[in-house]
Amino acid sequence: MTVRLPIVEHPRAAKEFVNGGRGPWHDAALWFVRSKRDKQAASVPEWEYLRTLASQIKRHTNANLSGYLEQFTENASRLGAQIHWATDAQEHNAIVLEILRKVGTTRIVKSKSMLTEECGLNPYLEAAGIEVIDTDLGERIVQLRGESPSHIVLPAIHIKKEEVGVTFHEHLGTKTGAADPIYLTEAARSHLRGKFLRGEVGITGVNFAIAETGGLVVCTNEGNADLGVSLPRVHIACMGIEKLIPRWQDLGVFTRLLARSATGQPITSYTSHFHGPRDASSELHIVLVDNGRSQLRTKSEFRDAMNCIRCGACMNTCPVYRRSGGHSYRATVPGPIGSVLSPSQAAKDHKSLPYACSLCGSCTDVCPVRIPLHHQLLAMRGELVGKGLLPKSKRWSMSFASYLFQHPQLFALAGRLGRMALYWLPHFLTHNRLNAWTVARELPKPPKESFSEWYARNRPTPSNSNH
Amino acid sequence: MHVALFVPCYVDQFYPDVAIATLELLEQLGVQVDYPGGQTCCGQPMANTGCDDVTAPVARRFVELFANYNRIVCPSGSCAAMIRHHYAHHFSPDDETAKRVCGNTVELCEFLHDDLQLTSLDVSFPHRVSIHQSCHGLRELRLGASSEVMLAREDKVRQLLDLVRDIQLMPLSRCDECCGFGGTFSVNEADVSVAMGRDRIADHVKSRSEVIVSADMSCLMHLEGLIRREKTPLRVMHVAQVLIGRSLVGDQ
Repeated sequence: MTVRLPIVEHPRAAKEFVNGGRGPWHDAALWFVRSKRDKQAASVPEWEYLRTLASQIKRHTNANLSGYLEQFTENASRLGAQIHWATDAQEHNAIVLEILRKVGTTRIVKSKSMLTEECGLNPYLEAAGIEVIDTDLGERIVQLRGESPSHIVLPAIHIKKEEVGVTFHEHLGTKTGAADPIYLTEAARSHLRGKFLRGEVGITGVNFAIAETGGLVVCTNEGNADLGVSLPRVHIACMGIEKLIPRWQDLGVFTRLLARSATGQPITSYTSHFHGPRDASSELHIVLVDNGRSQLRTKSEFRDAMNCIRCGACMNTCPVYRRSGGHSYRATVPGPIGSVLSPSQAAKDHKSLPYACSLCGSCTDVCPVRIPLHHQLLAMRGELVGKGLLPKSKRWSMSFASYLFQHPQLFALAGRLGRMALYWLPHFLTHNRLNAWTVARELPKPPKESFSEWYARNRPTPSNSNH
Repeated sequence: MHVALFVPCYVDQFYPDVAIATLELLEQLGVQVDYPGGQTCCGQPMANTGCDDVTAPVARRFVELFANYNRIVCPSGSCAAMIRHHYAHHFSPDDETAKRVCGNTVELCEFLHDDLQLTSLDVSFPHRVSIHQSCHGLRELRLGASSEVMLAREDKVRQLLDLVRDIQLMPLSRCDECCGFGGTFSVNEADVSVAMGRDRIADHVKSRSEVIVSADMSCLMHLEGLIRREKTPLRVMHVAQVLIGRSLVGDQ
């Protein structure tokens, strides 16, 4: 049973991971992925053009979303799929459970779907007595450990192979102390094989839904989605309404960008296409979920977040994410895109996330669908302040700073006093735990005079007394 | 050429020599420089916290103060980016003065490279130097190519340093990763900020560099704070100080 981590502000949630020695290891693992991405991106001469095209296709689709949703559902129904609409997570979960009840199953196999994570489907079904088996290796690892994914593409990236060995020893009976990835993967394979054979319904996410054909595309590296829906008679595909693309020919733009951005592979090992149910005795259910997406779509500053194809490149490149780990965000989707999506759904719970960012802009430059992530994070801070969610102490210090900056003589005086204090006071009075800057850093050495003072002394021209 | 010099608030108070070096460099290159009195801050700390209501009056003050200049030069990529790219929503869309002031504001290296098209300098800096690319200089002002984007672009800071005799530019393993300063981020998220800074410093040390040079003193204030606390054998200098010919053994 997955335990949802309690909401804690990011700096505190990150502390142990950053300072406890796991940070550098996690950083190196993800920087390796980012470097692979750079090589793959560099191998496509038209990379930047593809990013622009992908962004334009997504913007166009989102601008005409209702029309494309209609077109998609008409075509998918024509192919024999059954369409379900869910306004929010609760409706989504209830729809899935109802299908399972109709089929009369208690065992399902699931391939990776961040949407079902977002909706909390696993705990909901488990509470209803359904056995849910995640079949993506990383997801299975976190599921066995009672954790949630810490990354949307690499769910177990925060776990070391020795720790996987301990978990598998406990649950799958592998040898004590075994940490060889090949051995552990083989063990997971035979364990999952049994689950696949017993599974009665396969649940998958969706990477792309094509309006023109009514078909679905699911991208995986392990082939678990294919096996998971090929054996059972019933396939439930859960998708956010932003997964649409207009035409068949648009798909190539995205498949070329997705795996390269995500893991630095030219393409995912499996790119599976589903056009209606497998045969006359099978069922394909498509659950289309809104859960705040149409709300996001109404806001001009944040609308482009709907472009997201969940590649995780912004996480891999984010210097904060790499050092603080995915769980420090306390959100289904961590990292830069999650820090836009989560507060737009639940501002109060996730108010610290837009500030867990140095505004370096690397996410914006790496994003394959050109979401201006760091500008959105900045805009989200404004939203939070507007909602009164910034701590009063910070609000006041900013108002004070603003007042100071509007009064140059006062600013000069405050500067002079500050520099004098820094010069004369003993080190422990200026460098202590009350001053977050000085816990690990020295303050600048205070100069005797400011530039303005130097200038007045050295360049006594009329121009410096203009104002 | 006639320009106004904008000196960021923390440079004015803590790093006056960076502003002096900038002024002397511009004057040496034949630029007539005004330093409008009464200038303070561009408003970035408030803006980056999301406090738009208290940012606006600071931004309006800046625009009034610099309204009569065709070029406003600032020795900081971050502050120049704030003014050029993030002022717009504090002004009405038909405020022509604000638009002009924002468009006229440039970072020092941009000015030297684009406006003055500097191709020679008579200075020597016989040291091993590693460049810290500030994120806002790189990804907002595009002073160089960022490693994420697959487009060739001139590296303005590097090209200027290449004009200096005897300088040896050392390669880094992560050429443009954030140092972790990020304004108020450095205190809000002190643990992550410090971890990021330490990683950057380790990369510079590994390159056998003697001095980190950057177009943004704010990144260097954070890195220098760590360097001095941990007594790392590294120095920091603003690019203007190197270009005007300051020696490495200056008081920092």
